[in-house]
Amino acid sequence: MIAERETRVLNNVQAINEALDLALAKDPRVLLFGEDVGTMGGVFRASDGLQQKYGEKRVFDTPLAESGIVGFGIGLAMAGFRPVAEIQFAGFLYPALDQILSHLGRMRHRTRGRFTIPMVIRAPYGGGVKTPEQHADSPEALLCHTPGVKVVIPSSPERAKGLLLAAIEDPDPVFFLEAIKLYRGVKGMVPEGYYTLPIGQARVVREGQAVSLFCYGGMVEVCQKAAEVAAREGVELEVVDLETLVPLDTPTILESVRKTGRAVVVYEAMRTGGFGAEVAARIAEEALDYLEAPILRVAGWDAPYPPFSAVENYYRPDAKRVLEAVRRVLAY
Amino acid sequence: METVQYLDDTGRPLRELPFNPEELRQGYRALRRARHFDERALVLQRQGRLGVYPPFRGQEAAQVGVALCLQANRDWLLPSYRESAAALTFGMPIHKLILSWRADPAGWGAPPDVNMVQFYIPIATQIPQAAGVAHALHLQGQGAVAAVFIGDGGTSEGDFHEGLNFASVFNVPLLVTVQNNGWAISVPTHKQMRVQRIALKAQGYGIPGVVVDGNDLVAVWSVAREAVARARAGQGPTLIEALTYRVAPHTSSDDPSRYRTEEEAEQWKQRDPILRMKNCLLHLGLWSEEEEAELGEALEAEFQAELALADQAPEPNPWEIVEQVYHKMQPDQEAAWQYLRGEKA
Repeated sequence: MIAERETRVLNNVQAINEALDLALAKDPRVLLFGEDVGTMGGVFRASDGLQQKYGEKRVFDTPLAESGIVGFGIGLAMAGFRPVAEIQFAGFLYPALDQILSHLGRMRHRTRGRFTIPMVIRAPYGGGVKTPEQHADSPEALLCHTPGVKVVIPSSPERAKGLLLAAIEDPDPVFFLEAIKLYRGVKGMVPEGYYTLPIGQARVVREGQAVSLFCYGGMVEVCQKAAEVAAREGVELEVVDLETLVPLDTPTILESVRKTGRAVVVYEAMRTGGFGAEVAARIAEEALDYLEAPILRVAGWDAPYPPFSAVENYYRPDAKRVLEAVRRVLAY
Repeated sequence: METVQYLDDTGRPLRELPFNPEELRQGYRALRRARHFDERALVLQRQGRLGVYPPFRGQEAAQVGVALCLQANRDWLLPSYRESAAALTFGMPIHKLILSWRADPAGWGAPPDVNMVQFYIPIATQIPQAAGVAHALHLQGQGAVAAVFIGDGGTSEGDFHEGLNFASVFNVPLLVTVQNNGWAISVPTHKQMRVQRIALKAQGYGIPGVVVDGNDLVAVWSVAREAVARARAGQGPTLIEALTYRVAPHTSSDDPSRYRTEEEAEQWKQRDPILRMKNCLLHLGLWSEEEEAELGEALEAEFQAELALADQAPEPNPWEIVEQVYHKMQPDQEAAWQYLRGEKA
């Protein structure tokens, strides 16, 4: 049991580094690669020290070409390896979209299981740390709108470590999006040693009766902050960390809504066509009779993530905007 | 760049051939088998017994010559949709190919001892993947190679560059064969690129590039054999440009008269790779019209038996749509599966 293990305080990058280390140690088929992943240990240092430990055959730098990285990984996976590719920023995934949309999630289907892609693609995503233009995108909805892939977005060091190890064990391709804001922005107790956490399960991280907040990744701490503020006013918000977007744990979402009767979905990607729309649609389809108010979305505006950091905080949802939505659904 | 050639246009050997008589006969049989499949497939298509089909007539030697160098249970083949001849020669059973061109899922998975990935439809995406497969084979250390095919139009895609660059940087055991057949549907090669020879692009990656007469089986086969030997020995990838011509339409839905002259196609028909190889064997006294007739009968018998197998395959069930999306059906697929089961009943 994880609960009985020794724990230490780690940040998200350290937890991810530890997971990669353990995966490389456990399974000789695991290969780690991407831009600046080898010698330098990644721009965020997620693979720090791993090339020195496991050698250049297992942890290596690639040419600067995202379609090449994903395509190369697909080939490695089909031929028996367990590739873990890093795309330096999620906003740099776009050159690889043909590989992702046409092949990554389809190979099992289009070869009737003859060839499969047990591959993990890690990518830092989202804003909040004053990155340059194109470095703060949240393209999870694009990935979720792709058959055959799984999409996991952890929100804490403990969850990141166990979910990443589960993703590497998973027989299907898994996108593992890591909120840049949380890399060094959160610390938490992380169990020692190798453990996995289940992909495909949402979890209630704070219980409440008034309103359900659905969130993932970097928005979990925002929702928790909003819940703390509301609690001081005597309003108990329920915070549900979706954690896996595909396959989505619909029963946990519905159970929460049936209890509270009010739902706010929070995500930092652009609002239109974002993953929150999918959550809202499922609630509307399955739990309309339980709703006391419209389902609201708190999301990024329908504009590019602002490349001028002075106003970044006006794009990315914060506790204030979450609470505004909470007040609206309560006053309805 | 010099174009490697062993046979003149009439099939007469220009120099000593690097294959023994039995190999030459085997090569010819493989060519004829490919042509037979292509002709029968087009008939099936016209009868409504095959879906849209991309014929390869005229390009048999360019594909068969490479595939003859590969072992299906050891090496890997990543073909684009035009490469039924390569697939057939590599070891894909004919009934699987028929089913595949019927868009029947039963044709989609190669048998366990045939390392062929289902025909690629997007252009050039298979090249980075082939580089990855080849890198895996290299790491596994068994001396296996991967072979990937593409057309002249595909060289314009970014993945052509990224794939070749990865193959070069990681020095992987890979053959990249570009069948320069003159046309990317309706766009001629000179509108696709300014270089005269695609093989020149190999220099940009620091790997060997070879131009070969793609309608000369002996030339393609010998060039591919050398490239495979280099790859097996750990000496990295090779780019082969096979000069050939798509005598047939792009697909069974295409009308080439909209973009090219019949004279052009006629000229290339005179350089037919099968006729050239047959004449070569006749020149060398290695073939007879009796054997030709026997081969024709044997190929037809094989095709009919395989067609019968394909025809016996049950129609796909609607619920198979949501199978094999994930290793285990997820809740959304499960719900769709239940619905589709009910529809059928």
